[in-house]
Amino acid sequence: MEIAVDTESREFWDGVAAGELRIQRCEACGHAVFYPRALCPSCHCDRLVWIVASGRGEVYSYTVAHRAFGEFATEAPFTVALVDLDEGVRMLTRIVGGTVAIGDRVELEFATAAGNQLPCFRPVA
Amino acid sequence: MSRRAGIVGVAESDLGKTPHLTVLSQQATASVAALAEAGLGFADVDGLFTAGGWSWSPAIALAEYLGIQPKHLDGTNIGGSSFEAHVGHAVAAIEAGLIDVALIAYGSTQRTDRSRNQPRPATLAEQYERPYGLPTPVGAYALAANRYMYEHGVTSEQMAEVAVSARDWAALNPKAYYRDPITVDDVLASEMICEPLHKLDCCLVTDGGGAVVLAAEDRWPDVAARPVVVLGHGETTTHNGIAQMPDLTVTGAARSGPAAMTMAGVSHTDFDVVEIYDSFTITVLLTLESLGFCKPGEAGDFVRAGRTGPGGEFPMNTNGGGLSYTHPGMYGIFLLIEATRQLRGDFAGARQVTDAELALVHGTGGVLSSTSTVVLGRG
Repeated sequence: MEIAVDTESREFWDGVAAGELRIQRCEACGHAVFYPRALCPSCHCDRLVWIVASGRGEVYSYTVAHRAFGEFATEAPFTVALVDLDEGVRMLTRIVGGTVAIGDRVELEFATAAGNQLPCFRPVA
Repeated sequence: MSRRAGIVGVAESDLGKTPHLTVLSQQATASVAALAEAGLGFADVDGLFTAGGWSWSPAIALAEYLGIQPKHLDGTNIGGSSFEAHVGHAVAAIEAGLIDVALIAYGSTQRTDRSRNQPRPATLAEQYERPYGLPTPVGAYALAANRYMYEHGVTSEQMAEVAVSARDWAALNPKAYYRDPITVDDVLASEMICEPLHKLDCCLVTDGGGAVVLAAEDRWPDVAARPVVVLGHGETTTHNGIAQMPDLTVTGAARSGPAAMTMAGVSHTDFDVVEIYDSFTITVLLTLESLGFCKPGEAGDFVRAGRTGPGGEFPMNTNGGGLSYTHPGMYGIFLLIEATRQLRGDFAGARQVTDAELALVHGTGGVLSSTSTVVLGRG
């Protein structure tokens, strides 16, 4: 899948290429922010700085996709999850290297989906 | 007191698979039929409302096609709930004296086109979700379903009751796409699409169009059909992408529902018939709870044993719903069409809800992203 990297997302994707999960933090209210944007969605100020996430989090929900479309069709079945990072933001991701249940601890692992290197998560042993 | 607005005409175009129609001819045929029901013509239409992704500006493209130049245009697109929002916007315009007659139309040829999920780059906020390949929208609803089951212990069997009742209603509707009865076991035995959602937990993919005509009350004496009065409306959004939904078990219905009911001055026990967007079985359970018909975690019990089916004490989705009647991409207009017909008493036998005087219509759009609620009363 082609990803249309833009001026707001470039730092995130550069981080992925460097093996880091980069998110933002608001200097005014302290909220972590993901996905990247020009204003804090909590206090609406523009003092956002980039930080490197710890890569640790917890499964908020997940699903196993038995059917998928287009270039993902041959990858099914695969597990997609919503992971709450310890920094306090939620992201959509894939689970690799095992199965999970809601509430499980997971940690960052980069993996490939439809040709793109993506931040994914594996179960914590 | 501002003048009231009422629905005075409704119609579908051909439904199911319609290779002989375009999205424009669907909307035209439905509009002709809805206006004819009202005894009105295109010259009476001074507000046009539509939603879709088939033009850079669906409202002006449709106006041109229909040969009209309305003075009020609304192309609000908040997904499948757009049309309940259009009703709210049309009522506001009528109350303000901006327009007298509003035409709301929708069409889709998605089944014939096989248009979903065509390859295109992931742009803006999509780039953080789409590259993971979650099939949409079903995958997002599956995430909500798993979280809901985790929090409340609700089971797939309980969710399946929604599909079974929808099919029982569809059996009474000659226009429904699927009419053969199904059981809870049939739902659980159908193909697993995205855990925990099976194929029969998912809405249909059909073609189809519809139209709804509203008129100001000073026009009602000229109208052929019995008006159905819009008593209240509300709309909201909670998120766009599923990762941004604050709580996967609470939808915007928790705001748009009370707003509509307060405006109408009615409460939950007043409704005779309820039409709730059933994109997936989970959508209905979450919506019933968010609207306040039952407490969190109790919707599975609420829909048990045919309570929402024909002859049940809580008649819901009385045309067979998006699960069994039709679902051309954005289903919300069909909720309005069915509620209007029930309140007019158009049907006979078990297809007609007895003494239907007050209806709640609730649309959900995107991935539980937007909601809009309308309260309708017999005129």
